Amino acid sequence: MPDGGQSVLDVRDLVTVFRTRGGEVHAVNSVSFHLQNGELLGVVGESGSGKSVTMMSLIGLLPSPPADVRGGEVWLGGRDILKISADALRDLRGAKVGFVFQDPMTSLNPVFTVGAQIMEPLIRHMGLSKAQARVRAAELLELVGISDAKNRLSAYPHQFSGGMRQRVMIAIALACDPDVLIADEPTTALDVTIQAQILELVKDLRAKLGMAIIWITHDLGVIAGIADRVMVMYAGQVVEQAPVKELFANPQHPYTRALLKTIPAISGPRQDRLQVIEGQPPILAARPSACSFRARCPHAFDRCHAENPVRRAVDANPVGRGHDVACHWSAGHFDA
Amino acid sequence: MLDAPAHPGRTRTDTARPLVQVRDLKMYFPIYSGVLRRRSGDVKAVDGVSFDILSGETLGLVGESGCGKSTVGRALLRLYDPTAGSVTIDGEDIATLSPGALRRKRPTMQMVFQDPQASLNPRMPLSDLIGEPLIEHTDWNAERRLARIYELMDAVGLNRRFANRFPYEFSGGQRQRIGIARALALNPKFIVCDEPIAALDVSIQAQVVNLLEDLQDRFGLTYLFISHDLSMVRHIADRVAVMYLGRIAELSPRDALYSRPLHPYAEALLSAVPEPDPNVAATRTRIILKGDVPSPANPPKGCNFNTRCPRAFDRCRVEKPDLVEVEPGRLVACHLYSPDTRHAGSTGSPEAAIQARPEHFQQGAPK
Repeated sequence: MPDGGQSVLDVRDLVTVFRTRGGEVHAVNSVSFHLQNGELLGVVGESGSGKSVTMMSLIGLLPSPPADVRGGEVWLGGRDILKISADALRDLRGAKVGFVFQDPMTSLNPVFTVGAQIMEPLIRHMGLSKAQARVRAAELLELVGISDAKNRLSAYPHQFSGGMRQRVMIAIALACDPDVLIADEPTTALDVTIQAQILELVKDLRAKLGMAIIWITHDLGVIAGIADRVMVMYAGQVVEQAPVKELFANPQHPYTRALLKTIPAISGPRQDRLQVIEGQPPILAARPSACSFRARCPHAFDRCHAENPVRRAVDANPVGRGHDVACHWSAGHFDA
Repeated sequence: MLDAPAHPGRTRTDTARPLVQVRDLKMYFPIYSGVLRRRSGDVKAVDGVSFDILSGETLGLVGESGCGKSTVGRALLRLYDPTAGSVTIDGEDIATLSPGALRRKRPTMQMVFQDPQASLNPRMPLSDLIGEPLIEHTDWNAERRLARIYELMDAVGLNRRFANRFPYEFSGGQRQRIGIARALALNPKFIVCDEPIAALDVSIQAQVVNLLEDLQDRFGLTYLFISHDLSMVRHIADRVAVMYLGRIAELSPRDALYSRPLHPYAEALLSAVPEPDPNVAATRTRIILKGDVPSPANPPKGCNFNTRCPRAFDRCRVEKPDLVEVEPGRLVACHLYSPDTRHAGSTGSPEAAIQARPEHFQQGAPK
């Protein structure tokens, strides 16, 4: 959904640094992106690429120290939420921004009933009474496809399976009708058949509620099925950004291309040998001064070792609105 | 042996002799309850599984978490004592070997574990980690051991300079290479790979899978490759067994299974795998299974898949289907494929069905 819609979230030049005993780790390096109304933005990257840290730092979920959000702006609802007080931020979290975490086993409190945990944000943010919250909580459970919702409210998390717990997490995140839902690897801990159920549920909820979603994952297959637009991250930077069909049909960054080739397909011809990306992702001890991918890149040349590429537009749209890539090398036709 | 050519082509299954024969393997874990801790039931993690693995092939074992696939792998190497059934590896029944004989047998069968972080002793340097099996099972002197350690490090692509480093100094992919080197140390014939790539990033997964394939070609290894990643199993396996709730639902050659799964569960499982192509993803029909996997402590009566099966009918709710060959090389445990005439009144175990026609397994060889 490029253009047309309005941005609900606008992130500019976000920088997050972790201070550790061994020195600084630059986890997020000048990340800029925006999220439009009703859009699903997929964020792809390997572990350590900074995708979760980006999302957690923009709503103040990282403990400081060691984390230090060093710069940038995050515009949500007409305010720069990096500059507001902790109390104001607390009013925002759960109300305007919902968060679904990766592991449904550890993100629910085992000593409270499922109902109490869904009712908590309703009472805290919406000012509902306990009785009203209970009715609404039952509606939410039904919305996320849990049958016999009224009775299930008094169940404890351990009585639910992994897929059902993730449904509960989604219900909590949706409780206050947020503008933005951030889902951090919500299906990674689930089996494929359960993952398929959750993906189906999210598609359904988007059609009903129309909130904007940021979906963090390392699984390009999941992204292909649900995202409108994709952002590829590597070493704390956005290396490529494009509408989903464009990205899969015409990837520009050597990392994106390699990533697409390294996954074996479930159908179609079978490769005799898997393509690999040699080497390891880097750990950045300082602000990148050269391309972070250069050591693993088959196309690296002199300029890549001297200058960190900035994002440049690939099509006619401005950077961030169409297809852009952070690479010095001009890619030709992609042959999957 | 390390100077063998790297790529003598994919002729893994030129000898169609089964190296591993599993017959009606059962692995129950007791549940104790009440004040007196009386045995009140069993978790039937593996409930009557039979298959063969041919020499030099890779058998993929797939299924969702809790279906018993890791338990099968561990019971095969007798890391668990199986409740019932036999596991014959290279002519000896592992399930009944005496402890001494089992120890002598260990070098021929090894395992690569899922979590390379947890399976390596953090206080041992790399050379000790890889050399440990040599100390345990050979009487070699230190010099000879070190030569072998270096040889193994070369084979799995670890720099010899790393020999004195500790596990924390390595990345996940490198740790998995250490785990593989350990498994290779004693020249095994058979390696159980229990989710060896599940803990790794996608770009590292391909490196490890390519390494496993290269080693198989060089040393003629036989793999049982346990994974929940169906697209990776399609890449590495020659034949694939799909497990559900402690039983094998379908066992077919790889290409046949992926192009036309026969068992309704295999079909649903394959359709649930997301395709990394937005155009295909938009047009593909998915079978969304309802509900969750039932508890293996209390599996449903009849076919264990009947509670979620979109094609279940009355017979499925009362009678367990046997794993039988329905097409050459393809074994399926489903009533949809067994004409009543052929199975009237049959209550035989899968073992009986297999032993009635032992050539089933021989026909499973691809190419």
